[in-house]
Amino acid sequence: MNKNRKPKLAVWKFASCDGCQLSLLNCEDELLTVAGKVEIAYFPEASSAVVKGPYDLSLVEGSVTTQHDAARIQKIRKVSKVLVTIGACATAGGIQTLRNFKNVNEFISIVYASPKYIETLDKSTSIASHVHVDFELQGCPINKRQLLEVLGAFLYGRKPNVPAYSVCIECKRRGTVCVMVAQGIPCLGPVTHAGCNAICPAYNRGCYSCYGPMETPNTASLSSWFAHLGVKEENLVRSFRSFYGYSEPFRKESEAHENKDRR
Amino acid sequence: MKNKTIKVDYLARVEGEGALYVKIKDNSLTDVKLKIFEPPRFFEAFLQGRNYSEAPDITARICGICPIAYQMSAVHAMEDAFGVTVDGQLRALRRLIYCGEWIESHALHVYMLHAPDFLGYTDAIQMAKDHPALVQRGLQLKKAGNEIVAFLGGREIHPINVRVGGFYKVPAKRELEPLAERLKWARDAALETVRWTATLDFPDFEQDYEFVALCHPGEYPFNEGRLVSNKGLDISVRDYDDSFVEEHVPYSNALHSIIKGRGAYFVGPLARYNLNFNRLSPMTQEAAHSAGLSYVCNNPFQSIIVRSVEILYACDEALRIIDQYERPDKPSVQVQPRAGTGYGCTEAPRGILYHRYSTDDNGVIIDAKIVPPTSQNQKTIENDLWQFIPKYLDLPSEKLTLQCEQAIRNYDPCISCATHFLKLYVNRE
Ligand code: SF4
Ligand code: SF4
Ligand code: SF4
Repeated sequence: MNKNRKPKLAVWKFASCDGCQLSLLNCEDELLTVAGKVEIAYFPEASSAVVKGPYDLSLVEGSVTTQHDAARIQKIRKVSKVLVTIGACATAGGIQTLRNFKNVNEFISIVYASPKYIETLDKSTSIASHVHVDFELQGCPINKRQLLEVLGAFLYGRKPNVPAYSVCIECKRRGTVCVMVAQGIPCLGPVTHAGCNAICPAYNRGCYSCYGPMETPNTASLSSWFAHLGVKEENLVRSFRSFYGYSEPFRKESEAHENKDRR
Repeated sequence: MKNKTIKVDYLARVEGEGALYVKIKDNSLTDVKLKIFEPPRFFEAFLQGRNYSEAPDITARICGICPIAYQMSAVHAMEDAFGVTVDGQLRALRRLIYCGEWIESHALHVYMLHAPDFLGYTDAIQMAKDHPALVQRGLQLKKAGNEIVAFLGGREIHPINVRVGGFYKVPAKRELEPLAERLKWARDAALETVRWTATLDFPDFEQDYEFVALCHPGEYPFNEGRLVSNKGLDISVRDYDDSFVEEHVPYSNALHSIIKGRGAYFVGPLARYNLNFNRLSPMTQEAAHSAGLSYVCNNPFQSIIVRSVEILYACDEALRIIDQYERPDKPSVQVQPRAGTGYGCTEAPRGILYHRYSTDDNGVIIDAKIVPPTSQNQKTIENDLWQFIPKYLDLPSEKLTLQCEQAIRNYDPCISCATHFLKLYVNRE
């Protein structure tokens, strides 16, 4: 990279709620500094200016749900040196993967009066299931501190320092008394990727895993804890099937219990 | 020059993806289509089979810009189904978190998305090079709103603390004091914002709209009220489906909502202001008047002033709530699910957001309907363009495009919501 040239940043959107890219605009104190270090070359939510690629860093939000988007991500990969997915939608298909467990045509007819106008794939899929991804930042929404860390890391050519441990560690660090042990509230924290700073337990509720699976989560062990707390099988299946429901560990765990129901 | 085709690839500075197709033939406008191609995400379908308690967390994900509105409409609809009333300080806290969302969302739109149109920049970052203090003020104002949402809700985007019946945890009074300090600064900054936006140049463009907003006897509307219009509509939220209908048009993934038998209507800041001026706080009314606004504003381009007036109101209202706050005994009231249908409508920053749910005995959702503000404004946006473009047909295509974009951004359209925005194609033949 020419040292005198600012790296070009692009922000792309697929099926999503815009919340992850909003995290960047929500860096109220840092935004103008970031804008001074990079050239914001493509970011339609924030700017109508478009600078041609190739781009040094592409941030991709959202999941692939249409044929058109499946083709678009290929083109984006070709014009991006580094491609980072931001959020549950881009990293694991997002909440819209709930269709993956059902028949999408039924879904279309529930929502739309004239289904023939709707074009959609039968599954919502992550960006990595289509193209090579250099780094996946988890969260629904992602955390702005982690986002700034990832931006900084790629701009300086190092690996982002984003911990792989569980939300439980963050609970311990902030001194929150465990809601599962002390109050018997079901909590997905033990299998959930750190990053949010264990917000939910600090607000007296169980984690519902909007940050998705940690590295090597022991989902089976957590399920037996849930059973022990009296959580009904159908509720267990639902807990695993939310924002990261189609990530491999959570999908497998939910399917194992769904099948149990049928037996 | 009669025959020309202009194609712009993406209408920017709106949330979500969409396009505008404009056809001009022999120097007259022949077609306007606002096309939303944000892919469908099927929320109403996959809510079926989920527990009532999950609705606030799930529907928040329809939109990252106004998750509180989704959470509030969802909790009110569920409480309606179960016959639960949330009042007193818990209700006040709901208003407080809603103030935070209005401040955050409106400041984002006023400073980062809409102001660049008036001042001739592609974005707020370019604008910051010439007007650093202005952009800084906008960012800090937005931050003040986000701080309310983050404090009460746990975080800015998709807060975790809102539940059917109230909250998971409520703050002690002294914990709100730092927020109040910040809000006093924000209220001054909002007043400056009203004064500044009033000095912008506005195209002469007034239309005869049907404005629809919630009206509450005692307060400027956030969470509750009757659905009222300036053309005679006055119904309870329960009767929404009798008066409004959604049409599916072939060119858009977002349904078009109309008033039965009448057609397009207008929701959002202008509608709220025009129908509820008397319920703004005295200082807000005074600021609006000294900015040159009268009781009624029919120019959608001036929505940037009205939005600023609403930021000011939200700061003032938040300070009032904090001042009168006393911690309630319990963070939520008891909720006992039962089979039934519940209705909820709240004032998202962009306008009324309607939810309807039916549940079974255990509180499992069997049917859901969600009508976001942008799908309600779509037809009005198209109508505006039908009226607006003919006045500017002689402009070079590039300038015409900018004018159209600005006219669309008057509505702060949120495309992610509407599909559950914008490419511009001008086709001159
Ligand atoms: S991951 Fe969550 S916050 Fe991010 S775009 Fe998807 S739904 Fe929105
Ligand atoms: S509350 Fe949840 S996340 Fe925190 S320590 Fe307990 S199980 Fe882990
Ligand atoms: S659900 Fe879990 S990961 Fe998400 S904010 Fe709550 S504690 Fe954090």
